[in-house]
Amino acid sequence: MQAPALTQNTLRNEDTFEWQNVCTLSDLIPNSGVCALVEGLQIAIFWVASKEQQACSLYGISNFDPIGKANVICRGIIGSIGDEPVVASPLYKQHFSLITGQCIEAPEHSLRIFAVRLVNTNVQISMLPMPMSVTSVSANEQTTS
Amino acid sequence: MSTGIIQNDIIVIGNGMVGHHFVEQLRNQNSALSILVLCGESSLAYDRVHLSEFFQGKTAEDLALTSETHYKSLNIQVEVNAWVTEINKAEQTVTIKDGRQYAYQKLILATGSFPFVPPIPGNHQAHCLVYRTIEDLHAIKASAAVSKIGTVVGGGLLGLEAANALKEAGLDTHVVEFAPQLMAVQLDPAGGAILQDKITKLGVQVHCQKATQVIEQGQQCRYRMVFADGSHLETDMILFSAGIRPSDALAREFDLQIGERGGIVIDDHCLTSDPNIYAIGECALWQNRIFGLVAPGYAMARATVSHIVGANERFTGADMSTKLKLMGLEVGSIGDAHAATSGAQVYTYENQPKGIYKKIVIEPSQNKLIGAVLVGDTSDYDTLLQYALNGIDLPEYPESLILPSTGEAKQLGADALPTAATICSCHNVSKGDIIEAIDSGSNSLGDIKTCTKASTGCGGCAALLKNVVDAELSKRGVEVKSDICEHFAYSRQQLFHLAQVERIEDFETLLHTHGKGLGCDICKPAAASIFASLYNDFVLKEQHVGLQDTNDTFLANMQKDGTYSVVPRVPAGEITPEQLIVLGTVAKRYNLYTKVTGGQRIDLFGATVQDLPDIWGLLIDAGFETGHAYAKGLRTVKSCVGSTWCRYGVQDSVTAAIDIENRYKGLRSPHKLKMGVSGCTRECAEAQSKDVGIIATEKGWNLYVCGNGGMKPRHADLFATDLDYPTLIAYVDRFLAFYVKTADRLQRTSVWLDNLEGGLEYLQDVIINDALGINDALESHIQTVINTYQCEWKTAIESPDSRKRFRQFVNSDAGDSRQLFVEERGQMRPATEQEKAERIDIVEAL
Repeated sequence: MQAPALTQNTLRNEDTFEWQNVCTLSDLIPNSGVCALVEGLQIAIFWVASKEQQACSLYGISNFDPIGKANVICRGIIGSIGDEPVVASPLYKQHFSLITGQCIEAPEHSLRIFAVRLVNTNVQISMLPMPMSVTSVSANEQTTS
Repeated sequence: MSTGIIQNDIIVIGNGMVGHHFVEQLRNQNSALSILVLCGESSLAYDRVHLSEFFQGKTAEDLALTSETHYKSLNIQVEVNAWVTEINKAEQTVTIKDGRQYAYQKLILATGSFPFVPPIPGNHQAHCLVYRTIEDLHAIKASAAVSKIGTVVGGGLLGLEAANALKEAGLDTHVVEFAPQLMAVQLDPAGGAILQDKITKLGVQVHCQKATQVIEQGQQCRYRMVFADGSHLETDMILFSAGIRPSDALAREFDLQIGERGGIVIDDHCLTSDPNIYAIGECALWQNRIFGLVAPGYAMARATVSHIVGANERFTGADMSTKLKLMGLEVGSIGDAHAATSGAQVYTYENQPKGIYKKIVIEPSQNKLIGAVLVGDTSDYDTLLQYALNGIDLPEYPESLILPSTGEAKQLGADALPTAATICSCHNVSKGDIIEAIDSGSNSLGDIKTCTKASTGCGGCAALLKNVVDAELSKRGVEVKSDICEHFAYSRQQLFHLAQVERIEDFETLLHTHGKGLGCDICKPAAASIFASLYNDFVLKEQHVGLQDTNDTFLANMQKDGTYSVVPRVPAGEITPEQLIVLGTVAKRYNLYTKVTGGQRIDLFGATVQDLPDIWGLLIDAGFETGHAYAKGLRTVKSCVGSTWCRYGVQDSVTAAIDIENRYKGLRSPHKLKMGVSGCTRECAEAQSKDVGIIATEKGWNLYVCGNGGMKPRHADLFATDLDYPTLIAYVDRFLAFYVKTADRLQRTSVWLDNLEGGLEYLQDVIINDALGINDALESHIQTVINTYQCEWKTAIESPDSRKRFRQFVNSDAGDSRQLFVEERGQMRPATEQEKAERIDIVEAL
C-alpha cells in the first residue's frame, strides 16, 4: 500500500518541502496523537508539549503498525527513551522513534516519517521524504514492497 | 522369583502424604527405576494437614496432592483399591486382596496410622466418629446435619482442630480432655490455661481432667457421656481424637520387628529388620519414637530415597516444634517446652488482658535456647526457632527475645544464621541452598522461591526467607531496584505517596518535580491510574488524555484490527429482556459481533472509533452505563442466582453482587479487579477465583481475597468468616483501598499478597485489627471514589471536546480502509491478512 506512494514522492525529486494544511491546532491534543489522511496515506501527528522546554514539537509518522498490521500508531502513548522521543504501538507496545521512524525493539521495521510544522494555527505537513531519514525511508520501502 | 508376576524395582504400599513425597523424591533422583504404588484406598494422596479447610468449603479435589494422570506423567504405576494382604520376604513379592501378585527389589511401607479410639463401652455407635480421612469428614458433616451438640474427645493439637471443624459445622462444641490441660504435649500448664480461656471465649466449652467411663443413651441429646468423677455431658455426636496408632498390622503379620507399643522398627536409613523393606511416616518407629507430623515423615522419605540411590542422607530424628493457628488463636511450641532438661531455666511474659503468654527455656551453662511456648502471639516463633535449632548464643538479656518490642528490632539478623540453618522446613531448604541459588543466577525472591521451593509449603518462613535473600543480595552489591521506569526513580507505591502528599494532580507536574525526560507508556498510565485512584477525575480531561492506554483513551477495548469492543455494565449479570433487545438492536445497526463474556456480560465487537459515541448514545438512553472493561479497575461482580430462586441458596447473592458492583464501579486500581458472590457453599459464581470472593453461609458471608484465574491461577485465601453485611463491606473497602495504595503497577492482588511481608496474617491484622491505624483513611478513600463516580461515556459524549476525539481522521470523514470484515456463523469477524490482501487487490484493480 505504501510503496507506490513513496516511489511517487521520490520521483518528484524536489529538495524544497511542499507544505499543505491538514488541520488546525485545535484538532490536536497536547501530548497525544491524531491521524490525518493525506494523499491516501494515514499519517499520525503527535504534539509533544513540554513544560520544561517551554516548547512544542510536532511529529508526523506513518499510522500503520507493521508488526500489528493495523492503522493504530496515532493511538499510542508518546514518551522518551534516553533523549529520543518515541511512540509505543498500542497493540504490542513496540517503540518507534519519532525522529527516525525506526522500531527500537525490532530495528528491521521502520515507519516513514513526515515533516510537520505549525504556521499560525495551521498544522502543515510535507509529503516529501525528510532528508534526515532518507535511509530509514528506503529501509521502509524494502520491507513494505 | 516365579514367572508371570510383574517385576518392579520399587513397590510403595500406601499413598498418604509421606508415601507420595517418597515417590516424587525418588522419581526426581532417578528416572529409570520402575515404581509401583499400591494404594489401599480409592483416592490418591491428599493434604491431610489442611483437612479442616474441608469445612470452609474446600473439596476433595482442592486437597488432592496428585492424580493418576500426574503419576502417569512421571511414569509411575499406580493401583487404587489395592489392599495388600501378604508380604513374602523370601520371594520378595506382595499379594493384594484380589490375588494379584507383584515382585519387588525394594519395598516401602508407608501405611500411616489410624486414630486411637479409647476402649469406652458404647464407643461404636452411629454418631461416634473419628477425624482422619476425607471419608471421616463426610461422615462428620452428615452427622452434624442432624445434631446440635458435638463433643471432641481429646484436647491435643488434632482434637482442637477437630473441635474447630465441629464449630465450623455450626454445632455447640465441647472438648473433653483426660489430662489437666489442653495440648499437654506442646504447652506448659500456664500456656494451656491461657489457651483454654481463649477457646472458651470463642464458644467452645472445655472439660479437662475428665475420664469417660461409658457412653449411654442421653435424655436431652442422643448420647450421655458419663465421667469417672460422676458428672456427665449430653451430646448428639462424639468425635474421637485421642491420638494415633501406627498401622503396623501387615508388618506384624509377616514378621518384621515391631516396637513394644507398636510401630515398625527402623534404623537411620529407615530400613526395617528386613534388608529389602523400608518403613516411613507414622507407621515407623525410630529410636522408640513415632513421629506424628508430616515434616519428619518427609525427612524419612528423603533418607530412604538417599539410601536407595546410594547417597548418604540419614534420618536423625526431627524437630517437633510447631506453630499453628487454632480458631484464629496463635500457638507455638519449640523443643523442650516443659523445661524438663536438668538445670533448665525459664523466662516468662504474660499479658492477661490480651491473652498473650510467652515462655523461653534456656540452658544457662551453654547460653543456648532449648525450648519455648507461645500462646496468643507467635510473632517471635521464627526467631526463637532459629536460636534453638542452630545453637546460636543468646543475647545478653534473653528476656528481650519475648518482651514486647520497645522500638528496637529484635529479629535475628540473617547474617547470624549459620549456612546449615534450615530456613524452610517444609521443603528442607537451608541458608546454604539459598546462597547456592543466588550464586547460580537467581536474583529475586520470586526466582529463589521457584528454584528452591522455599516458603512454598506452609509459608511460615516467608519473612525469614526475604531477610536472608535481601541480606545475601546486598552483600553481592545487587541493589534491589523498584524504579517504575527510566523516568522516575520511584516505585508505584512511592509515586502514589508523592502524588498524595504533595497533592499532585497532573503528569506534567509529577514529571517536572520528580522525574525526567518525556515519560513513557509505563509511567504515564501508572500516573493516570494513581490520579484516578486519588482524585477520580474524568480520565479524558485534557491533561490526562495523553497518559491513558488506548483502551482508556477511547473507553473501549482495542482489538487486533484497530476496531474496538463495547461492554456495557450489567451488574451481577442481571439483565432485563428490554435491555437484551436494546443490545441486539444496537449490534444489528452497527453490524457488531456479539459474544457473552466470562464476567456475565455481553461484548459487542468491531465498532469503529467514529461509531463509538453514537453507539454509546443509544446504550445510555436505554439505561446502560460504561462497564469499565477497558480499565484497570473493577470489572464485574459475578453472581449465582442465589436464595431467591435456587433450592440450595442461603443468601441473596444477586442483590449483594449488584450492590457491591455499584459500590465499587469506577474504582481505578493497579490492575483489573474481579469479584464474585456465591449464594451457598456450592460456589457457582466461582468466587474463589476472584480478587474478592464472597460466599454465603447460614450465618452471613465468608470473605475470600486475592484469587485470580488467568495465566497463573490462584485460589483466593479465606480472609474472614460469617461476617454480617456491613462488616463485609467495611472489610472489602479497606482491602481495596489498601491494595490500591500499596500495590505495584500491574500487580494483581494475588501477586501483591504473595509479596506482602507477613502475608495473609499481616493483611488480616491491618484490616480486621486496624494494626496500622489507617482503616478510617482507607474507608474514606473508597467513600470519595463512590461520591465522585461518573459514567465516563456519559461525560464523554456530552462534551464536544471529548467527542471530537472519536474520529479516524482529523481532516476527513472517511473510515479506515484496512478494517474489513467477513461473515462467519451468521456474524461478522475481522478479515485475515490473506483475505485482506485478496480484497485490497480487487479494490486496487478496479
